[in-house]
Amino acid sequence: MQALRTIFFPSINDAASRRMIMTLVVVMCLIPILNLVFPEDSFFHVGSNTIILLGKYFCYAILAISLDLVWGYCGILSLGHGAFFALGGYAMGMYLVRQYGIEIEATGQIIPEFMIAMGLSELPWFWYGFDNFWFALLMVVLAPGVLAYLFGYFAFKSRVPGVDLSIITQALTFALMQGFRLGEFGFGGTNGLTAFREILGFDITSDVTRLVLLMTTIVVLILALIFSKFISKSKAGRVLISVRDAEQKTRFIGYRVEHYKLFIFVVSAGLAGIAGALFVTQVGIINPDEFSPLNSIEIVIWVAIGGRATIYGAIIGAVLVNYAKTVFTGLFPEFWVFLLGGLFVVSTLFFPKGIAGMFSNAKLQAFVESVKTTVFSKNDDKKGEV
Amino acid sequence: MNKFFRHALTRSYQTLLFIFLMSSHFAFANSFDELTQELLNKDFNVKAAAIDKLANIKDERVKPLFVALTQSKIYYIKKTKQIGYYEVIDKQINFQTILTGESINDLSKRKYKKVTTNNAVRSQIKLHLAALNILSKDDAIRLSAIDSMLKSPDSLLLSVLKTATKTESSRKIKALIDLNIALIEIDSENETERKVAYEFLSKSLHEAARIKLTQVIDDESYTQEEKAFAEKALGNIEDKLKYLKVTENVFFGISAGSILLLSAIGLAITFGVMGVINMAHGEMIMIGAYTTYVVQLIMPEHIGLSILVAIPAAFLVSGLIGVIIERGIIQFLYGRPLETLLATFGVSLILQQAVRSIFSALNMPVITPQWMSGSIEINDALSFTYNRLYIIMFALMVFIGLLIILKRTFFGLQMRAVTQNRQMARSMGIRSSWVDAMTFGLGSGIAGIAGVALSQITNVGPEMGQSYIIDSFMVVVFGGVGNLWGTFVAAMSLGVANKFIEPFAGAVLAKIIILVFIIMFIQKRPRGLFALKGRSVEG
Repeated sequence: MQALRTIFFPSINDAASRRMIMTLVVVMCLIPILNLVFPEDSFFHVGSNTIILLGKYFCYAILAISLDLVWGYCGILSLGHGAFFALGGYAMGMYLVRQYGIEIEATGQIIPEFMIAMGLSELPWFWYGFDNFWFALLMVVLAPGVLAYLFGYFAFKSRVPGVDLSIITQALTFALMQGFRLGEFGFGGTNGLTAFREILGFDITSDVTRLVLLMTTIVVLILALIFSKFISKSKAGRVLISVRDAEQKTRFIGYRVEHYKLFIFVVSAGLAGIAGALFVTQVGIINPDEFSPLNSIEIVIWVAIGGRATIYGAIIGAVLVNYAKTVFTGLFPEFWVFLLGGLFVVSTLFFPKGIAGMFSNAKLQAFVESVKTTVFSKNDDKKGEV
Repeated sequence: MNKFFRHALTRSYQTLLFIFLMSSHFAFANSFDELTQELLNKDFNVKAAAIDKLANIKDERVKPLFVALTQSKIYYIKKTKQIGYYEVIDKQINFQTILTGESINDLSKRKYKKVTTNNAVRSQIKLHLAALNILSKDDAIRLSAIDSMLKSPDSLLLSVLKTATKTESSRKIKALIDLNIALIEIDSENETERKVAYEFLSKSLHEAARIKLTQVIDDESYTQEEKAFAEKALGNIEDKLKYLKVTENVFFGISAGSILLLSAIGLAITFGVMGVINMAHGEMIMIGAYTTYVVQLIMPEHIGLSILVAIPAAFLVSGLIGVIIERGIIQFLYGRPLETLLATFGVSLILQQAVRSIFSALNMPVITPQWMSGSIEINDALSFTYNRLYIIMFALMVFIGLLIILKRTFFGLQMRAVTQNRQMARSMGIRSSWVDAMTFGLGSGIAGIAGVALSQITNVGPEMGQSYIIDSFMVVVFGGVGNLWGTFVAAMSLGVANKFIEPFAGAVLAKIIILVFIIMFIQKRPRGLFALKGRSVEG
């Protein structure tokens, strides 16, 4: 058993994360059974609406993990992660929209219907290649990644203070929202991209496709969890934590702080892009509202509620807060905003470590302490294994 | 129409008109009733002569008669030859004599007959009507008559215009009359007159001058020399317009800048001086705007005064809420800026929803008082609206007031002391927690005042604060944290830059360009335009 564990989860040695993975695996196995085996009127039946909802929550969970990587482990509070999420979503949306369309006789191109409605007779250059699934998949990671690289390169190089950085990331997503709202930008204006039909030749609205997409999302979520844990336990991850806790000291010891920050920022943006792509396939629409600063700041609250720098806490936070959102916006829509606002206040004032912090306070403390000593004494090899 | 024929006609008509104008002085025993009887004559020449004479007698009944004649509403009773206004309303004949205004409605339809006119007579009447309007005693009538003439100046009225310009007392109307004369004389046979006209037009900024000059350039019937004149004059005008456009852009920029300044200056205190990221700042602005709305509800008869009452009211309401937020939440989070950001964001959501629950999610109507509407017209192409001017002045007043509070009062001194060195200030006996609360209250209160000003130019709704918060942060970050002058310069330069980018990039793209510029700028100078120097920087 121990051997199996080290093969599959080599870098995961905290019980909570393992439990989280087990839970996700169980959910992944149960849902098809509940959906397909039980009849529709049964109490145990999981309908297609629930499947879409679950898919949404798990996409948000991946997004929360990506934010936890930069905020929890490196102390960069990004208020623009919604932008990376939306960019990934748009890349996937562009693939989905190009699955059918109207043929232009002059050029022989098949272009999406909304472009004709907007008076375009030719495919804009940045739409080339998006009919290919694998190219689109590449762009899902590349588009947010490149943006994050460019942005991060300048921001970290010039050592913009943390608070200003948060505000600039917010301005970034705000600017992108304004831009994508423009029709002439070529991304469908305020309506965004919608009315998808097929993905890889399968009907995107059929129940089976939805089930498969949910399964895919859960698999990606588990992989993201393992991957993030791997990064956080690696040497680079320890440097990141020390950057978070004492940036100047780390710099003086001789680490290139900017490089580590840029690395985690780009990785996180790519992960957010993947979350966005999965989100669009299941929700069926992507529009400029996904860029709105409020969305980005909500991600922060998921991570804060779940508990920073734990990864699994981000998953708990995202799923719980969004479940609460679904319930409350259905029952008392007014009350939800009060509750959300209250959550922000209460969690920062009384639960700075979130739900995860309530369970494993002592353990976390020990871990942080050991990491600090590891990095600052530069004896990574011996003390590195906690 | 051939141009020279047109000139000839103009001349002859002018002479005619002149003769008739003069003839009024001789007054051949031609009273109103006698002349109107001549309108029944079958000969149109006689009618025309009668109309010319009518135009020159000073009788109030002439004008309505002329108007009715052009609309073919003048009839007469066959038997009695009484002339009157004839109208059929709901199959009922309504006949009113022009002499006495007496109604005669009981006759059958066949007893009335129309006073006929032909095209020549009708255009003659119209000409006289225009002349009557130009010479009218009422300023408004004169103005509208002259203004409507600009579209197609009638050369026949030249002499009338020339008499009018001599006696005109209103500068604005006189300028318009002169413009009309120039527009007519541009087609004059006399070369010097033409030159004078071109000269005049080249100085005029009125749209009509430009339209006429372009016509001259495009029309084949004008000579090359005239076209050269016109092009020169047009070039002259366009140079001036460019200059005025720049002036206008600067004005709009400054007014946009003062809006930015108003919304950012409260933040410059809470964020800049205290280091607290107050995401609820936009909601303080919103609460100020709603206070204005409530004040107007309380005193609906004194809208003009309501703004003046709303300013202190908004300061108190927003300031009080600010103090509550500081005491309730922020005081536990000093030194943890990212946490304050999250907590105050939660507060902003709660405040928005509270307003939505109390007032509804719709925009509230805030009335602009009389003294703030209207505009100053500098010339035909440039005018400044009062509300923008007031907001510029108001922003400056708030800015100067704040500077005085910070630099000249004891509270300001305490505030600066706490900002610079909290421990030392405390050991000198300053109640730092009290100063914190008051400072936060001051910043929030000023945001409330900004809300009063903004309620005059934008929609007042629960989300209105959201649209200012990012801009405000940008201004403070760009200007340099902790420096009021930096905020001032940043707000003004961003406002002006935005207005200059807008014309060729569009409003949304201009915003994006500015944002990108600020992001690039902060890369270069992470501490903003006016950076604080010294130890407090690395905090």
